Amino acid sequence: MLRLGPDVHDRMVAHTLDGLPLEACGLLAAVPSTPAGGRSGPEPVLVVATYPCRNAAESAKLYEVHPLDHLRADRDAEDRGLEIVGVYHSHTHTDAYPSPTDVAQAPDPGWHYVIVSLREAEPMVRSYRIVEGTVDEEPVVNDPS
Amino acid sequence: MPVEVRVPTVLRQNAAGQPTITANGSNLAEVFEDVVRQFPLMAGKVVTDDGTLHKFVNVYRNDEDVRYLQRLETTVSDTDVISILPAVAGG
Repeated sequence: MLRLGPDVHDRMVAHTLDGLPLEACGLLAAVPSTPAGGRSGPEPVLVVATYPCRNAAESAKLYEVHPLDHLRADRDAEDRGLEIVGVYHSHTHTDAYPSPTDVAQAPDPGWHYVIVSLREAEPMVRSYRIVEGTVDEEPVVNDPS
Repeated sequence: MPVEVRVPTVLRQNAAGQPTITANGSNLAEVFEDVVRQFPLMAGKVVTDDGTLHKFVNVYRNDEDVRYLQRLETTVSDTDVISILPAVAGG
């Protein structure tokens, strides 16, 4: 399960809409559930910060988190005691399901892969774990507390 | 000279769980050779067997992407921080 803190859902959707007609992407940060950069434990992670990033691919079909934006996000998250736990990106004309490219290039099996589909009038936000090529959807819960 | 090398979470299991490594070298090629000397499981993770930067990682000297410097020939000094981050991309 992926829990989204206050405004996280709306910030992701707003950023991806702003990025149209291109795909937009950003990183998600959470409070580490174990000390010293540990992995997500049994408690569902709570995303508390979003880092909108430039799409270095500048494409409607591909995204690449701009390397310098990634570095800045990573530094800022660390300064705030957070950890980058995932990435979101938009699918401008397809479902909110990982494409073969998404699966092939998923960099970290510990991450959460959020896709915002803008195909329909109402944006659809879904999240997946991608481990060694296997895709598993997980529930996304808005947690306003 | 020793520099600090920051390891992303996805590679920490190859570096005995450490978020940072101290490694020696006057350029990045030497630094990553020393990283592999200390942590053999890091072999092939940042530098390919061909001796080039792996395309699935980004490496920075302080705030600069080393692909826009001199890649593995980029010089380092003991005040520099080298960061490794996964390249994050998809479709």
